[in-house]
Amino acid sequence: MSALETAQKIKAKFGDLISEPAEFRGEITVKLADAEQITAVCEFAKQTLGFNYLVDISSVDNYGDDPRWTIVYHLRDIVNVVEIRIKIDVSEEKSELPSVLSVWRTANWHEREIYDMMGIRFSGHPDLRRILMWEGYPYFPLRKDFPLAGKPSELPGVAFTKPAPLEGGPFVTVAGGKDAISREPRIRNPEE
Amino acid sequence: MRTETEIGYNSKIEGDVVVTRVDAALNWFRKNSVWPMPMGLACCAIELMAAGASRFDISRFGSEVMRFSPRQADCMIVAGTVTYKMAMCVKRIYDQMPEPKWVIAMGACASTGGMYRSYAVLQGVDNIIPVDIYISGCPPRPEAVLDALMKLQAKISTQPVLENLMAVKTLQNH
Amino acid sequence: MATIQDIEVRDSAARSALAADELQDMHGEKMVLNMGPSHPATHGVLRIVLELDGEIITKADPDVGYLHRGDEKIAENMTYTQFIPYTDRLDYLAPLANNVAYALAVEKLLGIHDKLPPRCQYIRVMCAELARISAHLLGLGAFAMDMGAVTVFLLSFTEREKIYNLAEAISGARLTTSYTRIGGVMRDLPPGWLDQCQKFCDDFIPALNEFETLLTRNRIWVDRVRDLAVISKEDAIDYGLSGPNLRGSGVEWDLRKKQPYLCYKDLDFDIPTGSVGDCYDRYLVRMEEMRQSVRILEQCTKKIPGGADNKTNEPVNVADGKITLPPKQKVMSSMEELIHQFMLVTEGVNCPPGEIYFGHENPKGELGFYICSKGGGTPYRMKIRAPSFVNLSIVPKIFVGTLISDTVAILGSLDFVMGECDR
Repeated sequence: MSALETAQKIKAKFGDLISEPAEFRGEITVKLADAEQITAVCEFAKQTLGFNYLVDISSVDNYGDDPRWTIVYHLRDIVNVVEIRIKIDVSEEKSELPSVLSVWRTANWHEREIYDMMGIRFSGHPDLRRILMWEGYPYFPLRKDFPLAGKPSELPGVAFTKPAPLEGGPFVTVAGGKDAISREPRIRNPEE
Repeated sequence: MRTETEIGYNSKIEGDVVVTRVDAALNWFRKNSVWPMPMGLACCAIELMAAGASRFDISRFGSEVMRFSPRQADCMIVAGTVTYKMAMCVKRIYDQMPEPKWVIAMGACASTGGMYRSYAVLQGVDNIIPVDIYISGCPPRPEAVLDALMKLQAKISTQPVLENLMAVKTLQNH
Repeated sequence: MATIQDIEVRDSAARSALAADELQDMHGEKMVLNMGPSHPATHGVLRIVLELDGEIITKADPDVGYLHRGDEKIAENMTYTQFIPYTDRLDYLAPLANNVAYALAVEKLLGIHDKLPPRCQYIRVMCAELARISAHLLGLGAFAMDMGAVTVFLLSFTEREKIYNLAEAISGARLTTSYTRIGGVMRDLPPGWLDQCQKFCDDFIPALNEFETLLTRNRIWVDRVRDLAVISKEDAIDYGLSGPNLRGSGVEWDLRKKQPYLCYKDLDFDIPTGSVGDCYDRYLVRMEEMRQSVRILEQCTKKIPGGADNKTNEPVNVADGKITLPPKQKVMSSMEELIHQFMLVTEGVNCPPGEIYFGHENPKGELGFYICSKGGGTPYRMKIRAPSFVNLSIVPKIFVGTLISDTVAILGSLDFVMGECDR
C-alpha cells in the first residue's frame, strides 16, 4: 500500500476532517482540521493501517498567522516502508491538544520537548514538564518572538540566564537577516 | 651525573644533595603531577580523551589519572559548551576542589561561548570560575591541550608557596 | 577443563523478589540517588535520578538538557551552508555522518538528492562509513572502560587516530570536519587518500579481532552484559528506537537498505540483527556493523568513478550555479558566475517553499532533519530528530529491576551522545 493510498484511506474514514493529500518531493502530507481528533486518527493509523512507528513530532510557530501553532506528526510503517505526515493547526488562545502517548510511547519525550520549547500543552500527558530547559524557566525559547540571544532570568540556587552579550561594539553582527548585507558587522545602535 | 657550576650544585663536593629553594622544590612536585578533573561536556571532551590516549599521551606530564572526583583533583579542564543549566553544577564542583587548584578552559565554547551565541549557553566559563589558561580551537588539537598543560606548569612554578603557608600559619596562631 | 555452573535465577529482579519473599518482615525505605551530570560513565552530561531499594533500582528518571545549545533556533538565523558546522557538533563522535545527513536533507528540499554526481555519492558513502566505524569504536571503548576493561579503550583510540588522519587529510580537521556542502562536498579526495583508506581497512580487521578476543567470549564481560535490560521487539518499535538498539532487538530496519539513498543500492553488505535484545546483543550488533562498514569501504575504494586521482575529472559537486559555488577563475572573469557567487554567499542557497523530512542512518540511529522552508536561503523551522534523544526515552523502562552496577552497562550499550540528544 503506498503512502497515497493510506492517506486516502484516512480521508475515507474521517471525511471532511482530513484535507486532500498533498505531495512534495515524494512525501504525502495530510492536514487534520480538528486537533481534538488526533488521538483517534493516530489510533486508526496504527491499528488499521499499520503505522507502528512514530518517527517525530515537530512544532512550527507561524508567528503573525492565526492559528499560530502547527504540530507535525511523522508516521512510518516499518513493515511495508510507508511514511506519511499529519499536520494540525492549533490556535494560540487554546495552545492545547490531546496527547498521542496512548498510541506510541515514544511521544512522551517529543511532547515534553514541544511543551518546553513552544509552550503547547498536551492534555492527557502524565508528566508534562520541561525537558531541555530547567524547571521554572519562564520563557518558551523556540517561539519567534523570543530573541536568539535570550532574556535574563534568575532562579536562585537552580539556574540563571543572561542574554548573550554584544561584543562591546561598535562593530556588531546580527544573527538572522535576509542576507549577508544586513548581517555584516557595522556600527549599530545597541537597541537593534 | 657529574657537573660543575659556579652556583649551586657541584657533584664532587655535594654528591647526592641538591640545594634549592623550598618553593622551587614544592612547585616541581606540584607541576609534574597535575591531576586533571575533566569537566567533559561536549566535543572537546573527545579531544581530551584523545590527549589521554596513547598517541598524545598526557601521562608523560603526570596527568593520566583523570580524577572524576573533584576532591582528588588539582586542575579542572572545562572541555565543551557550558550551558546555563550546567553552570551551577560546574561552579559547585569547582568549589569542592581543594586548594591549590587551577582551571583550564578548553576550546572556544568554554572560553567565550564559542559559536553558540544563544539563549542557553553561558558565554565563557570565566563568568563563574577563575580561569588560568584558555585554549582556543574548536576543538583544539590534543597537542594544544598538552601545550596548555605545559604553560600551566610554567605558571605553577612561579607561584609563591612558602610565604602563603607562613601567612596561613600566622593567621592561625593569632 | 572449564566447569560450567548454572546460576539458578539469572534475572536480578526475580532474585530480589525471591529475597523479598524470604525477608517478608523486613521493610526498607527507598533511597534517592542522583547520578549527576558530571559522572565518568554517563557518556556526557546526563543526569539520572535513581530511586533505590537496596541495590535494586525501582525508578529511574533521566534529566537531559545539560548540553542544550539552541541549535534549532540558531538554524532559523543562519543560511543552510552556515549551519553545516553546527551539524558537526550534534553527534560529535561521527561528524562526517552528520554532515552527510544534513546535506542530503537540504538537497532533498531542493529536489537534487538523487541527482548527485556518482563520485560525490561514493565519497559521501565512504565518509559516512568511516564515521560509523569511528563512533562504534568510541562507543565500544567507553563501554568497556566503564566496565573496567581499560585496555580496549586505549586500543580503540589508536584505531580512531587512523580515522582522524583520514578525516584530516580529506577536510583539514580531525573532529569537526564540515566536509559536505549543499550539492556536493568541499573538495575532491586528496592524492593517496584511497590507498590510505585501503590500508586502514587492511589493518583494522586484525585490530577488531583483537577486541573480540578481549571481550566477546570473556567470562566477566558476558556475565555482566548478557540478559541485561532486554528490550522486546514491540517495545523497541513503540519507543521509537533506531540504529543498533533497534536491530539488537531483532527488528530488521536499516535506512540504508529500506530507504536507500546515495549509492547504497550498488553496494553489497549485510545488516546484523540481534535475537534477544539484551546489552550483549547490542554490543555484538555494533561489532558486526564495523565489519560490514569495512566491507563497504573496500567496495567503494574499488568502484569509485574516476579512481584514486580522478583522471577523468568526474565532478564532485552538482553543476548548478545556483547551488554550488562556481570556480574562482570564472568568478573573477565572468559576470554570470560573479552573480552566482554573490547570491550564494550573501543570501544562501535559494530553496523552494515546502517541507521535507529526511532520515539518515547515523551510527547512533536515525538522524532526521525536518526542514520547513518558506523560500529563501534560511530555513523557517528546522527540527533535528536526534536518535539519542529518542533512545534515552526508554531508560525509565529498562532500568527498573536492575542493580546499580548494571546502570553503567545499560548506558554503555545504549550508546547515546548528549550533544545530539540535547542539540
